[in-house]
Amino acid sequence: MFAYTMRRLLMLIPVLIGMTLITFSIVHLIPGNPAQVILGETATAEAMQNLEESMGLNEPYAVQYFIYVQDLLQGDLGTSLRSKAEIAKEIWPYIAATFELTFFAMLFAIFIGVNAGIISAWKQNSWFDFLAMLFALIGVSMPVFWLALMEQWIFAQELSWFPATGRQDNRDPMEPITYFFVIDSILHMDFTRVITTLKHLVLPSIALGTIPMAIIARMTRSSMLEVMKSDYIRTVKAKGSGQFLVIYKHALKNAFIPVLTVIGLQTGVLLGGAILTETIFSWPGIGSYVYQAINYRDYPVIQSGILVVAFIFVIINLVVDLMYKFIDPRISY
Amino acid sequence: MPETILELNELHTHFFTDNGEIPAVDGVSLSVNKGEVVGIVGESGCGKSVTSLSIMQLIPQPPGKIVSGEINFKGENLANSSNKRMKQIRGNEISMIFQEPMTSLDPLFTIGNQLREAIQLHNKMSKKEASDRALDMLEMVGIPRPKEVLSEYPHQLSGGMRQRVMIAMAMSCDPEILIADEPTTALDVTIQAQILDLMKKLNQEKDTAIMLITHDLGVVAEICDRVVVMYSGQVVEEGTTREILKDPKHPYSQGLIKSLPKIHEREQKLYSIPGTVPKPKMGVKGCRFAQRCPMAFERCFQEDPELYPLENNRRSRCFLYDDAKREVTENANADIRS
Repeated sequence: MFAYTMRRLLMLIPVLIGMTLITFSIVHLIPGNPAQVILGETATAEAMQNLEESMGLNEPYAVQYFIYVQDLLQGDLGTSLRSKAEIAKEIWPYIAATFELTFFAMLFAIFIGVNAGIISAWKQNSWFDFLAMLFALIGVSMPVFWLALMEQWIFAQELSWFPATGRQDNRDPMEPITYFFVIDSILHMDFTRVITTLKHLVLPSIALGTIPMAIIARMTRSSMLEVMKSDYIRTVKAKGSGQFLVIYKHALKNAFIPVLTVIGLQTGVLLGGAILTETIFSWPGIGSYVYQAINYRDYPVIQSGILVVAFIFVIINLVVDLMYKFIDPRISY
Repeated sequence: MPETILELNELHTHFFTDNGEIPAVDGVSLSVNKGEVVGIVGESGCGKSVTSLSIMQLIPQPPGKIVSGEINFKGENLANSSNKRMKQIRGNEISMIFQEPMTSLDPLFTIGNQLREAIQLHNKMSKKEASDRALDMLEMVGIPRPKEVLSEYPHQLSGGMRQRVMIAMAMSCDPEILIADEPTTALDVTIQAQILDLMKKLNQEKDTAIMLITHDLGVVAEICDRVVVMYSGQVVEEGTTREILKDPKHPYSQGLIKSLPKIHEREQKLYSIPGTVPKPKMGVKGCRFAQRCPMAFERCFQEDPELYPLENNRRSRCFLYDDAKREVTENANADIRS
């Protein structure tokens, strides 16, 4: 297990190099010159030359890339053109917001999706199976923005069960510590705030988690159906074990590898691409951070945003790969 | 009179498919006595495996279903016993091993875990006690370095070793009867002999009855006391191994024995029964084997033969042994003589 983990970590290095090469070249793919983009079309030649020198843009590309990676290794993501703040510091609250939302969305998706898939496979062709798979089909086909708006209309406006937008009650903001608001409110020992924070998470989590939930449910069902036909499941039954042991110990573990793959991919997608949901629910996540940067042509922020999302994606894949090995002792690389 | 522990009585297991109802087991009656090794022989598709899975109530349902008949196990009819009762019986009083040792163990759990599971399902034991018992079982079935094997995964063992583990698992609760569904088919010949020896040893030491399902008459000759020959979902002949191998009564058994290669005879071509096993169908009239039978006569195509009793507790499903008919022919012969 240790050797396997080390090998997988070593394999990260070329991936990370490739990633930085791509984000590095984004700035140089901008039509015209970065200095001109920053200073605007009316800039004088002299001002442009000064800026180019101060930014190191007149150095060869190789040297520029080396400096870029050196800065990254020291945790320096550059400076935002718009706010003039250090991106490394500015980006954290957005990452935390996205993490928190993704965590609860995936919690919802995995819990409902896996269980619906299991029951559907166990009671194949029953009314439950039929209904669950119908909902799964609707779930995958439904546009997120439509679902989000419907949720807001029914549960926020008509029923007033949950707040429609934001991460907390903006009239009564809290002193952030980790920027994970659920954790923060627990750290503040303020339990009414824990409830309000969780209430803020309900609608966006469901909106964001519905598509992964549907995909996970379908994947779990088909994988379980496959496994339930296998010889070793017959052996477990022949030993005299009950349905629960058969399904939740032997069948689920064997059926889980493809489900885990889907969970990993979907988590990555949610972390990177939740812009629609974040916008509708005014959720200050990484998606809306990068979206604003695009509007302002804030290239260092776009660059850093892409790098961070790609990095998270790579880490999730690493975790999934390590979990494969944990589940299936036969896997080796 | 030996004590009968398992008795099938007119068992019918049918499969309900898109192509209609298929009587895979079509009125099977047989019995297994205490401590006896009974071989069930027949070609592929004759209903041997379905019979054994029916006893364990492990027929995939749907499409399969036990339509009628009795499965009497020590005086209790299993055909209509509850799922809860079956859980107590499976692996404890009746256990089963399968044809494919390569795929019959869960690849994601250690051998020890899977053995302990079988033990703890039927015995109130701590994990430690169950582990000790698992170790004893592995030693009993002749696994080298049993301690290490307990913490190994199935993919680290060979096919023969896995089948030994399966046997250890099946024997771990001292069952009354072990059903072995072609346990040696997927193994090579030397390993086959070892596994058969092991089963024979367990049968003698533990007095566990064995119901051995096979298509290999060599395997039957090796360890079985009694043989039941099946054809197309029915029992066609029953008797002791010695008698059936030496003097088969039913034309199908005769064909089977004739098709074995013989060590002292040089023949260019091995005998084979013409034709193939017919697919079981509902409402077939006449003897199932009549189409392929060299001795078939008119009656074979019109009426269903019964299992006619013969001397020494033998039975044969063939009109050649119908008393009524025998009388008629004997009388006819007598007439001719007089």
